[in-house]
Amino acid sequence: MNGVKSKQRRRRDAILTAVAILVIGVLLYLANIYMDNYQLRILNLCGIYIILSLSMILINGFVGLFSLGHAGFMAIGAYTVALLCTPPMAKQMNYYLEPIVPWLAEIEWPFLPATLLGGVLAAIMGLLIGAPVLRLKDDYLAIATLGFAEIIRIVFTNTQSITNGSLGLKGLPEMEITLPVINFTLNLSACIWITAILTVLFMVRLVNGSYGMAFKAIREDEIAAEAMGINVFKHKLLAFVIASFFAGIGGGLLGNIMGTVDPLMFRFLLTYNIVLIVVFGGIGSLTGGVLAAIVITAAMELLRFLDSSFHMGPIDVPGIPGLRMVAFSLLLMFIIIFKPRGIMGVREFSWQWLIELPRSMKNGSFGRKKLRKDVSK
Amino acid sequence: MSLLRTENMTMRFGGVVAVSDLNVHLEKNEIIGLIGPNGAGKTTAFNMISGVYKPTSGRIFLGIEEVQGDQAVMVEKDITGMKPSAITKLGVARTFQNIRLFKELTVLENVVIANHLRLDSNWVSSVVRTPDYSKKEDAMFEKSMALLEKVGLEHLKDEKSYSLPYGMQRRLEIARALATDPHILLLDEPAAGMNPQESDELMHFIGRIRDEFDLSILMIEHHMQVVMGICERIYVLDYGITIAEGNPAEIQNNPKVIEAYLGVDE
Repeated sequence: MNGVKSKQRRRRDAILTAVAILVIGVLLYLANIYMDNYQLRILNLCGIYIILSLSMILINGFVGLFSLGHAGFMAIGAYTVALLCTPPMAKQMNYYLEPIVPWLAEIEWPFLPATLLGGVLAAIMGLLIGAPVLRLKDDYLAIATLGFAEIIRIVFTNTQSITNGSLGLKGLPEMEITLPVINFTLNLSACIWITAILTVLFMVRLVNGSYGMAFKAIREDEIAAEAMGINVFKHKLLAFVIASFFAGIGGGLLGNIMGTVDPLMFRFLLTYNIVLIVVFGGIGSLTGGVLAAIVITAAMELLRFLDSSFHMGPIDVPGIPGLRMVAFSLLLMFIIIFKPRGIMGVREFSWQWLIELPRSMKNGSFGRKKLRKDVSK
Repeated sequence: MSLLRTENMTMRFGGVVAVSDLNVHLEKNEIIGLIGPNGAGKTTAFNMISGVYKPTSGRIFLGIEEVQGDQAVMVEKDITGMKPSAITKLGVARTFQNIRLFKELTVLENVVIANHLRLDSNWVSSVVRTPDYSKKEDAMFEKSMALLEKVGLEHLKDEKSYSLPYGMQRRLEIARALATDPHILLLDEPAAGMNPQESDELMHFIGRIRDEFDLSILMIEHHMQVVMGICERIYVLDYGITIAEGNPAEIQNNPKVIEAYLGVDE
């Protein structure tokens, strides 16, 4: 929030944002042509983690609630999409232990409404869980949300005739959305990145608006926020429901990219991955969340060699499965010790900053000095 | 009709009676003081009026202007046990004994946030940025800037609020309370930790905002210089019990007050 922006600057920023989105679109189009399937998959995963990390930053960073329930809400979204979009034939093959309930057996929805419904169902669950749980604070809240996420997972494991239990659902077709009027088909990559960009725009506007400022006020001082007339509970619940919605959408997309959905995917480790991204990026910075989502997701894949045997100079390192996660745990520890507020802290990208970058780089301050001068004025 | 009236307001914490049968009333444009030794129950009384605590017994009433038919009439509204945010919406704003600013946010943001309660757009329109919402947000910023100018903080608008000097933080907290458009201002020890010069400035500041914003002020204060200088009526609490009430001159000569503050000769 830069205070009162002039109309001119606002228009300039809007144009620059539109251009940036266009450039990203072209780059993605090129990526779809020139990248192989494996690289493309990582790219798509980056998009999904952008959605997920922003959703978590909203509650954990801006409202200051330590919630660890993401995996549960993602499971709801993923299962909704999987159950509604898997063709009836594939469903028949999946449910060999116990037949699927009749009302789900013949259903086959298009992806767009199914994914949205996944988000909405996750949001409704967020409302139901949030209403009692958001009266808690700090670690108590973390434990309660974590518990609810596990409950959702256990329920899905045991509702054999609906979710196929621990066998999971296989054979989910790849997402394709055909735009109605112009008859243009978006592939999985496009669907994911359009959602990611929409999520970024949504969050930026939400966080910079009056409601976003109320969220920040709650983070800074709950008692003062309430005394300033902000209904703290209502605002917390609102943020929690919005975050759940995006977690549901992200979960639906994740199930799609994997092609299968099973309860083991939605263990705490999944939430941990998002926490890692959020902490790395800086709790309270959307920019940090986006950057970290890309960096961490790419690094997760690049560091895969740690899990198999490799040579480190003259030393032969035997393959230790899980060494990759050790590296990430170390990374997390280093960040917490040396950069406790993440790479971005609460700073955000702005076009103004970028435009003034060349000048500030010349005097070696990277925008920091400019900031101080503004203050003393 | 009084703007604020408490009726036998009592608060018990277990066996301790923090405030016992407190009856205060605040008239329009008055500045009244609530004094007493440490632990007398002053802040507890504040917390009940602002909704942080629900009184164990007794009632709290606000005199509120309501439009009935085609004319505005004053009605008395029972606010006992309402949420703090709802009470603030009715026009009661407060500051805190230990300053509670939104530390990591700028001075301007602190004040803008206090406008949020009067915003009647929903969150969707804030994301979509409907023209109507944008206009309202611009108005919020303009109003906040005007307020900062009035309290003399406009040159610090982009500073993080924690980086302000102590006296300025107090002033900002009052400005933030003013941004909620209150009729009644509750000040909890506004001069705490101030040197004589700062508290003198504060005294004039409080008098000025009372006139400029058409306020009625209830304040807790330890600095006798401030209390005696600015309050028109004073209530004295000791161990939760109201031991005296009157104008500054009466209070200064009241033997019970002297006893409570200085002890009694055996």
